[in-house]
Amino acid sequence: MSNHNHSPKCSQLLGSLSDYIDGDLQAELCAEIEEHVKDCDNCRIVVNTLKKTIELYEQTSNQPSELPEKVREKLFLKLNLEDYLKKG
Amino acid sequence: MNETANNISLESLKIGDREAFTRLVDETSSHIYRVALQILGDEQDAEDVLQETYIKAFRALPEFEGRSSVTTWLYRIAVNEALMLVRKRKPQTISIDENPSFDGEAESEGMEIVDFCCLPEGELLTSESREFLERAIQNLPANLRVVFVMRDLEGMSIQETSEALGLSDNNVKTRLLRARLRLRQELSVYFSGKMPEVSQR
Repeated sequence: MSNHNHSPKCSQLLGSLSDYIDGDLQAELCAEIEEHVKDCDNCRIVVNTLKKTIELYEQTSNQPSELPEKVREKLFLKLNLEDYLKKG
Repeated sequence: MNETANNISLESLKIGDREAFTRLVDETSSHIYRVALQILGDEQDAEDVLQETYIKAFRALPEFEGRSSVTTWLYRIAVNEALMLVRKRKPQTISIDENPSFDGEAESEGMEIVDFCCLPEGELLTSESREFLERAIQNLPANLRVVFVMRDLEGMSIQETSEALGLSDNNVKTRLLRARLRLRQELSVYFSGKMPEVSQR
C-alpha cells in the first residue's frame, strides 16, 4: 500500500474524473487524461479503481428490490388505500 | 425509476383518482423506500419517510404543475423528508444548499493507491464486501450521500438529480465526484487487506 504523491498536474486531473468516467468530458480533455495516465501509474490506478468503485455499486443496486409486504400493507393503510391492497 | 409511473394520467392524479394514485404508489414505492433506506440506513426511518412522502404527494398533487416528471417530484419530496430526519439526528449537519468547491490538492492528500481491480470478481462482491459497501455509503456526509444514491445507485441523470434536490448541475457534479472519491478511498483501504502482499503497490 502506498500513498499518492500528486504533482499539480495529477490534482488538476482529479477534478475532471467524474465527467471523464461518465463520458461527459470534451474529447480534448479526455485525450489529455489518457495521455497523462500512460506515464503516471498512480493516476492510472486512481482512474481504474474509481471506475471499479462505481461499477461495484451499480452491480449491487441492479438487483431488483421489492417493497417488503408488511411495509406495503402499512403504507396502504396509512393512505386509506386498503381496498387496493390485493391488487399489487 | 421506471417510465410506467410517468405514463399514469396526470389529470387523474390531480383530481384525486384513487386508482391512479394506487398505481403510482405501486410503481414507485420500492424505489422511494430504497432511496430513503440508503440515505438513512434505518428501516423504521425509511418507512416513516415512505409514508410521509405519499401523504404529502397526495395532498400536493392538485397543485402539481408538471415542471418535472412526477417521479422526480416524488424523489424530491422523499429526499427532503429524509434529510429532515438526518438534520434532526445531527443538527450540525451541513446544509444541502451549501455551495461546495472542489480542491484537487486537498482531495489528493493521503490518497490510497491500491490496484484492487485485479482482485477476482468473486472476491470483490462477497457478502462481507457488500456489507462494507453499504457501510461506506452510510459513512459519507449526508450532502454527498444523497447525490451518490440518486445518481449512481438509482441511475438518475445529473439533470434529474439536480431537479430533485433543487441544486445546480455543477453543484451536483462536485458532490458526486467527492462522494465517489471518498468511496474509492474507503474501498482501497478495505480491499488492500485482501490482496497478496506482492501485488500491492
